Amino acid sequence: MRQQTNRPWSTSRFVSEDEPAGTPTTEAASGVFQAVERGLAFETAVHDALRSEDAVVEITGFNLWYGDKQALFGCAMIVPRGKVTALIGPSGCGKSTLLRCVNRMNDLVATVRTSGAMTLTGDPIYDPGTDVIELRKRIGMVFQKPNPFPMSIYENVVYSLRIDGVRSRSVLNDVVETTLKGVGLWGEVHDRLSDSALRLSGGQQQRLCIARAIAGEPDVLLLDEPCSALDPIATQRVEELIQTLKGRYSILMVTHNMQQAARASDYTAFMYLGRLVEFGPTEEMFLKPKLTETEDYITGRFG
Amino acid sequence: MKTRRRSSLFHRGEPFVWLTGGALVLSVFMIVGLLVIVVYQGMGTFWPGDLVRLELSDGSAVMGELVQEETYQPQPHVLKPLTKLQRAAIAQAGGSVRRHQLRTGNFDVTNTHFKWVSDFDVSQTSRPKWALLLERVEYGRFYGIPAAFVVDGKEIATDPAAVIAKLDRYHGESRERAKQIRRIGEEQAGANDRERGAQRARTEAEFEHGIDSAEWRRADEHYESVQQAVAKQALALNRKSAELGRQNRRFKLRMKTADDAPKDIVAADIVRYYTPNRLGFVEKLGIYSSRWGEFLLDDPREANSEGGVWPAIIGTLVMTLVMSVLVVPFGVLAALYLREYAKQGLLTSIVRIAVNNLAGVPSIVFGVFGLGFFCYIVGTSVDGLFYAADAADGNPTFGKGGLMWASLTLALLTLPVVIVATEEALAAVPNSMREGSLACGASKWQTIRRIVLPRAAPGIMTGMILAVARGAGEVAPLMLVGAVKLAPKLPIDASFPFVHPSRSFMHLGFHIYDLGFQSQNSQAARPMVFTTTLLLIGIVVALNITAVWVRARLRKAHKG
Ligand SMILES: Nc1ncnc2c1ncn2[C@@H]1O[C@H](COP(=O)(O)OP(=O)(O)OP(=O)(O)O)[C@@H](O)[C@H]1O
Ligand SMILES: [Mg+2]
Repeated sequence: MRQQTNRPWSTSRFVSEDEPAGTPTTEAASGVFQAVERGLAFETAVHDALRSEDAVVEITGFNLWYGDKQALFGCAMIVPRGKVTALIGPSGCGKSTLLRCVNRMNDLVATVRTSGAMTLTGDPIYDPGTDVIELRKRIGMVFQKPNPFPMSIYENVVYSLRIDGVRSRSVLNDVVETTLKGVGLWGEVHDRLSDSALRLSGGQQQRLCIARAIAGEPDVLLLDEPCSALDPIATQRVEELIQTLKGRYSILMVTHNMQQAARASDYTAFMYLGRLVEFGPTEEMFLKPKLTETEDYITGRFG
Repeated sequence: MKTRRRSSLFHRGEPFVWLTGGALVLSVFMIVGLLVIVVYQGMGTFWPGDLVRLELSDGSAVMGELVQEETYQPQPHVLKPLTKLQRAAIAQAGGSVRRHQLRTGNFDVTNTHFKWVSDFDVSQTSRPKWALLLERVEYGRFYGIPAAFVVDGKEIATDPAAVIAKLDRYHGESRERAKQIRRIGEEQAGANDRERGAQRARTEAEFEHGIDSAEWRRADEHYESVQQAVAKQALALNRKSAELGRQNRRFKLRMKTADDAPKDIVAADIVRYYTPNRLGFVEKLGIYSSRWGEFLLDDPREANSEGGVWPAIIGTLVMTLVMSVLVVPFGVLAALYLREYAKQGLLTSIVRIAVNNLAGVPSIVFGVFGLGFFCYIVGTSVDGLFYAADAADGNPTFGKGGLMWASLTLALLTLPVVIVATEEALAAVPNSMREGSLACGASKWQTIRRIVLPRAAPGIMTGMILAVARGAGEVAPLMLVGAVKLAPKLPIDASFPFVHPSRSFMHLGFHIYDLGFQSQNSQAARPMVFTTTLLLIGIVVALNITAVWVRARLRKAHKG
């Protein structure tokens, strides 16, 4: 494991650009929300355990604007290799926005401007020379609402291979079988692979979408509230799936559900109004967070 | 105490249920009414009606099929010569009189196809048992009583039953000979084409290498040999054709009109004959279906007012298909750029408005554009490049109306429909699909091809259905860019390249216009107008049902 010491948050680059220079940065302490609401800068409270993690994705001083409206302010974090990282925070704080920045889905929004840096296994994501298509091939993404393609189950799974021009039946068959087994769908659908994917139940569809995302062996898997459209049983199955995928895949997951974050994730990052407030191992975040604001949010006293 | 105000009827919306329902009922009523008229009139055209013979008060007689009847108020000068009794009867009926229109045929004798007869003029009505109806190659129908069958100038039968038996005996072989004569004519035309081709080759050689060059001399020799062969062949064909014609003129049917005037008709000139007053329902049904068969599968006769519309059916189908093949890819590509690639903004809005307005341009304007741009500018340039010798002879290939230019013109006309429908279909594809595909690392084009287009295909088919319906029924622009009253050849045949884009073609819509408004005898052709309209509607419906079926299959393939 690579020992990283020069973490994004050790450099002080998370002062938002439209903040007046020289604003005193308040050390992680009480009054963070008020500071944020007043537009003051502060530093993310990062737990020490992260310093020893190997980062697959590294985000440094990242800002994002929708037109004139800034949605991300100096975000700095990592996605540790082989671990599940949960992004939590009140609605509208920019979780999805940050997630979608990793595979540059925000390029599709015409008004978006960004500054700051992100890397995927050391390769820059926001360089003019970056090939977005090649980048996205290395990142899997699953959306809030299951969005299987209007084609067969089989074709859904091998979609990323198809667009790479893979023709060999045996290769495709292998991928379908291992991937569907990997997401625990094989037993349910192995005898109707040529059926339309839209005929599956919501939970099955979401697991199929996960299968589609991991079929291309991505470096990192982005999940944006993957269970919020599912019933409790289907949610449980997806959570179990996430546990089995852990280790092989590095996962960044947005969730609104505290229990889910607690159960499923190794690390948790708390966001508030476009800022990353606290980031640390899930256990510490839930049991002894550095900031009272984090505790308030997690225990439901706020947000 | 203040009670809450009751909402008025207007606010509750009941009037709007009636308003919307009424609008629907009205439009359905109009459409159904139109269809019923067309179907009723169109289906009835070929039904063989009884022949009535009317003796008139002036001593003359007419015979024919009843077409329609009406009540009218006669002018005083019409009433004046009538007897007291007749006038009293008319006065009792409120001064109105019924009159019947008779299709009397016998145009070569009477110079008219129809006659109106007022009730008071009729002294006796009868349905002669042996009244015979002849459909002829020329001059339309003949109504009369068979008097004799004549072979080589000798009457070999005079009893009506015997005459018809003889006609039965000789008619088939006479028609066969007539068909042979027609085939000889076609052969002759082919030979003439060959000769013209050799001549053109010589002209081309002259163009390219100059007169008296080796090439020219070779072409000249070839031309001369072809010319001689063709001349020899023509002589033989002429002789054969003359012999067949002479044979055919030996067999004649002598008819008597209602007025007892005799008329000889060559048996070979009779297409179909029957004695309607003797026929039962089943036999009438046989004639009815035989007429439909002729209508659908034969070439037209007599300035299109008789015979079939086969070339027009083929022309309509081929033109519509070529148009669809042109307009669908073009419109879909344009819509794809507009919806998927172009940055949405003022410019795309302007383009959209322009496209929509294109749909409101009168179709004749498209015809004028097609004539000016496709035929005269593009066509003439193509001719200049590839068919220079012909064009110099004043014999343009592409520099005139034709299948290609007509299809292109209609493609342009229906383009807005396809673009608008495709854009809507694309807009209806959920963005989550596109995002899912892009997130998998697909390029924009891969996303469009693999996800967006299949999803939008049913909607695109809808656009195609609308375009086909619009294009197949269009007449005005076609008159300028290639539809003709009578095309010598079909736009498709078995000779390479099978579809002939430069040929002019017949079209059902134009056929209707021509029959109903351009023919000298539009009244006789009116039943055909309805029948042809029925057929055109039928073809459009058939094309649409096919497309709807394909669309349903596409939908099923992409839905759960
Ligand atoms: N396409 C967009 N154009 C403009 N503003 C946007 C756009 N997408 C998001 N925003 C804004 O950016 C902010 C962050 O949105 P985001 O969707 O990232 O929130 P979130 O944390 O995912 O919320 P939720 O938990 O409800 O999903 C919000 O204020 C939202 O209004
Ligand atoms: Mg979100």
